[in-house]
Amino acid sequence: MTELLAALREAFPDVACSVALGQAELTVPRERIRDVARELRARGFRLLLDITAVDRMGERPRFEVVYHLYHLELSDWLRLKVRVDSERPELPSVTGIFPAANWPERECYDMFGIRFTGHPDLRRILMPDDWEGHPLRKDYPLPGLRPLPPLVHPQPEGG
Amino acid sequence: MAATAAVAPSGVKAMVINLGPQHPSTHGVLRVRLELEGEQVRACEPIIGYLHTGIEKTFEDLFYQQAIVLTDRIDYVSPLNNNLCYVLAVERLLGVEVPKRCQYIRVIFAELSRIASHLVWLGTSAMDMGAMSPFFYCMQQRELLLDLNEMAAGTRMNPSYLRVGGLMADLPPGFEQKARAFLDGFPHWLETYRGLLDRNPIWQERLVGTARMTLDQALDYGWTGPLLRACGLGRDLRKTNPYSSYEDFEFDVPTETEGDVYARYKVRLREMEESLRIVRQALDRLPQGPWHVDDRRVYPPDKLEIRQSMEALIYHFKLFSEGFMVPPGEVYAAVEGPKGELGCFVVGDGSARPARVHVRGPSFYNLQALPLCVQGGLLADVVAAIGSIDIVLGEVDR
Repeated sequence: MTELLAALREAFPDVACSVALGQAELTVPRERIRDVARELRARGFRLLLDITAVDRMGERPRFEVVYHLYHLELSDWLRLKVRVDSERPELPSVTGIFPAANWPERECYDMFGIRFTGHPDLRRILMPDDWEGHPLRKDYPLPGLRPLPPLVHPQPEGG
Repeated sequence: MAATAAVAPSGVKAMVINLGPQHPSTHGVLRVRLELEGEQVRACEPIIGYLHTGIEKTFEDLFYQQAIVLTDRIDYVSPLNNNLCYVLAVERLLGVEVPKRCQYIRVIFAELSRIASHLVWLGTSAMDMGAMSPFFYCMQQRELLLDLNEMAAGTRMNPSYLRVGGLMADLPPGFEQKARAFLDGFPHWLETYRGLLDRNPIWQERLVGTARMTLDQALDYGWTGPLLRACGLGRDLRKTNPYSSYEDFEFDVPTETEGDVYARYKVRLREMEESLRIVRQALDRLPQGPWHVDDRRVYPPDKLEIRQSMEALIYHFKLFSEGFMVPPGEVYAAVEGPKGELGCFVVGDGSARPARVHVRGPSFYNLQALPLCVQGGLLADVVAAIGSIDIVLGEVDR
């Protein structure tokens, strides 16, 4: 893994590389994520395990999109990070490189309002389509933005 | 099932039906929108979110120790694996290592709940195919496993038995005998399941060659666990990235190459055998000694001590009123859950509550490839495919 990281450092001079708690991490500029993902897949990171985001409210840029990849021969994970700001929370989608990215990118959009350009079908996935706000943002209150509408029991037809 | 007719681009009348969200074969509240041409599936779209309970948001409002109860409710069919993956992540952030006895007990419970999870899968997916008896035989054995949960944790379904830095309590007296009685009795039942299903012509007719995935497709869609192993790749985190002392145990990783529903069935049945082997070894070699860390910042003092020592009482009070601080940092811990790689990404900000917890539920990723499995197949095979993917909606929707 150390050798691979050294090689990656050489291949991507604009990518910051660090190791913390035994886990390797690359911080990738937003517009380079597709190139880096393609290169990593070619170098053996075959499994895209997870995509999620972290809201670091108060920091700039505010959001971190976090990818976890797995190398099958080296049996190790690699974390990719892309920082995006809240004015334009947008970054290229990697669905073209890893089909597994489809749903988790939708989840990030749903929960954080981060847009993935080039995603084939960027809709809400867990929340209802007409939901307001993005629940996992730190400024979204835990009880929700407004009280739940009262429960109405529909009358049976003809009854 | 609600049906509407739509005209397909080819001019042939296609029928759009909703399978679920309330339908016994969707194993929860999954809705699948199917476009049918006669009995053939032309398009399939799983629609999820019906069981979304905001677990990841709730995490941010609880102390690290309190949040363990949330992890039970993610994959409620095998809660102890979820506990394990979360506590491993937090322990890694804290830099705490639990004693051997604790690690072994965790392994015992992780494997027992793997069997419990596979039994639910086997029973329900056999029932989907019309076989009623396996369901009862599976649930009957699962009850014994839930009895073991109850003995150790006091609860059957959502035990929350693990704690950051240890366990809720040591194994109770009599646990070992009861666990061994299960281990001795279960192989007979495995043979019964095989006898009922393996060469059953209906079972074979429905399963062999159904919902086939190639290894490349499986990797593309992030499949892990038994599904990936049924496609021919023996990736098992217990072997490749051992955690909680799995390196001490001898076991095999069963694989198949066909990648169809029948291959998944064979892999899971053999996995149950391997789990039995691991539990037996762990019981045989269970070390004596402490079962939690001796670190009062993380783990509360013994109840007896609290009654006698003022200092212990203060530690106890502080731990439960303000939690423990976890240093800033982020960590991804993963375990081999019954359904695949179960990962937990925890971000700490130096306070007593996590800044962010994300759970990589294997079912979420496995389910994503359902359209690929069923396209062009028959409507009845959709049910077989959903059963074989072994989804738990609590984990898909969180």
